[in-house]
Amino acid sequence: MSKIIRVDYLSRVEGEGNLYLEIENDRLTRVEVGIFEAPRFFESFLRNRKYSEVPDITARICGICPIAYIMSSSRAIEKVLDIEVDEHISKLRRIIYLGEWIESHLLHMLMLHAPDFLNYESVLEIAKVNPEIVKRGLRLKSWGNEVMKVIGGRSVHPVSCRVGGFYRVIRKDELNHLIKHVDEMKEHAKQILEWVLNLPIPDFKSDFEYVSLRGDKEYPILYGKVVSNKGLCISEDEFEENIVSEQVKYSTTLRYRMRGRGYYLVGPLARYNNNYDLLKPEVRDVVEAHGHSSTLHNSFQSIIARAAETYHAVLELEELLKNYGEPLKPYVEGVVKGGVGSAITEAPRGILYHRYELNEKGYVVNANIIPPTAQNLAHIEYDLLLLGDELVRRDVKDAQHLAELTIRNYDPCISCSTHFIKIKYVRK
Amino acid sequence: MSKLKVAVFKFSSCDGCQLQFLNLEEELLQLTEVVDFALFYEARSSVEPGPYDISFVEGSISTPHEVELINNVRRESKIVVAIGACATSGGIQALRNWANLDEFKSYVYPRPEWIEVLKNAEPPSKFIKVDYEIRGCPVSKEQLLSFILQYMRGKIPTLPVSPLCIECKVAGNVCVLVVSGTPCLGPITMGGCGAICPSYGRGCYGCYGPAVDPQAPAMNRLFKELDLKPKDIQLLFKQFVNWAKGFKEVVEEYE
Repeated sequence: MSKIIRVDYLSRVEGEGNLYLEIENDRLTRVEVGIFEAPRFFESFLRNRKYSEVPDITARICGICPIAYIMSSSRAIEKVLDIEVDEHISKLRRIIYLGEWIESHLLHMLMLHAPDFLNYESVLEIAKVNPEIVKRGLRLKSWGNEVMKVIGGRSVHPVSCRVGGFYRVIRKDELNHLIKHVDEMKEHAKQILEWVLNLPIPDFKSDFEYVSLRGDKEYPILYGKVVSNKGLCISEDEFEENIVSEQVKYSTTLRYRMRGRGYYLVGPLARYNNNYDLLKPEVRDVVEAHGHSSTLHNSFQSIIARAAETYHAVLELEELLKNYGEPLKPYVEGVVKGGVGSAITEAPRGILYHRYELNEKGYVVNANIIPPTAQNLAHIEYDLLLLGDELVRRDVKDAQHLAELTIRNYDPCISCSTHFIKIKYVRK
Repeated sequence: MSKLKVAVFKFSSCDGCQLQFLNLEEELLQLTEVVDFALFYEARSSVEPGPYDISFVEGSISTPHEVELINNVRRESKIVVAIGACATSGGIQALRNWANLDEFKSYVYPRPEWIEVLKNAEPPSKFIKVDYEIRGCPVSKEQLLSFILQYMRGKIPTLPVSPLCIECKVAGNVCVLVVSGTPCLGPITMGGCGAICPSYGRGCYGCYGPAVDPQAPAMNRLFKELDLKPKDIQLLFKQFVNWAKGFKEVVEEYE
């Protein structure tokens, strides 16, 4: 029996993609996750821009994770200009980044991903049967956005961050309004983790290479070695020489693999697996009470990793906000000079790599950006191939549903990935 | 009262403006009691066919395919509302309009011949009649909500029209331009954000686009008097709204 399963416009993902599966003689023979999002040429127009403009410009790659772009680009440029930010600035960066994790994770868990597990078409249907959990989720998401707004001026494309730190000192009293709600948020985050742990998650095991930053003393966001569960351990400066981009015949997207290792996966699941010991004990207690361990080997469980990270983020924010000390100066000034710098930070969807070459006057000569979703694309297709038998067995509608759910496991941000993914638009 | 049937479309963009609907959070739940988001790919799987009472359009038109789609949107919609800098001016990706497209393509893509895009990234109004524009990079969620509520009550929706400077005065900020000589586009930029940048210690970077009758040449002269390098003055105008009339002329002067 032969059939074709298509989803012409993937919904509940950020950006524009489609899916094409071909089944021949009861075997899944072709999997294509297509991208038809328009290319926007960020690396091209970053050239000749002043170093100080880069964070604000790259933020526009993604409205859902602008802080990730601001932080990876700022840190890469700071390496060129020999800027080392002090502890106060570092902590403030962590605060706003955790706010983004909460906002982005809640968006994905509640509005994009959870409806799949429950066979609903949107969060509004969940709200009809379980208004309490949706209300908790939205309150928490809103608080995450508020963290970004207080520190950054607004939650989408915040304005306060710059190379070297922030444009002005964020006063301690500005944080009071966030601290006031922190106990309530802890409860919401815990309840959401419990709820997620009780979702009917499909059984699916596979042996992947999970790549993420590895924190030194804290769960990694802004710094760390690049590690995997299979022994990879390199610095961010060595990252680019360790990956290979390649093209395969059946697809027009550029994909990545680790040199000498193969395809790999980035994102919450990778971070969780590589840094479980650094999650707050309160988080581990809840996860373990539900019989889960320090490693999750099922990409459908990415939602658990997201919920665990969200609870962790709230607990960490409580400490960071309560112990916040104002820096004397909002930013560290560097010496403008030429050179090359690269940096990786953990965007909500996984490691985000930026490299910049500046000329001696501080203008960009070359730029390279590797977003998490691009790194995961090959893996998404691989997951679908592994699910081949199951997809073949189901009727078209059910198979479509399972395939879409599989794609959403990765929280693909197509707006992010597209600016450098090869696109061939085929008119049909 | 029957629900208002709304569609949210995405073109070349970062998703940030349509995200502002979802960022309405608890208000969004209330809003859905009176508004049916009939087409909203980012938020729901199923799509109700048009016609739609309002179509909100995010992003600029930058591929031949998008030209077809935006024409469909017009046909299916009673009113079309462009939201954000990309949909009202072409946005950040309009930076390619100033460059050699082939060179841009081959800098990013190993197989540039596969990339099918228009020479310019343009706002939808270049191709279809757009009824209303809501500015900003991103658009403000309060303005989205206010627009819908005004429209539902039969009012012609109105939005802020004063330059950013007015909002800065209301916020009680010390002027960053006058006091510390920080380049600021506030005097010629449309208000609506609440003067966030000056409130956070930096100059406005003009993401809401030119104000009504913006007087950009006067601003340009002032920046020259501040001893800014010509290239840096150009970059100030050549940001997220570089392709909009009002800012574009200054960018041209330095090309």
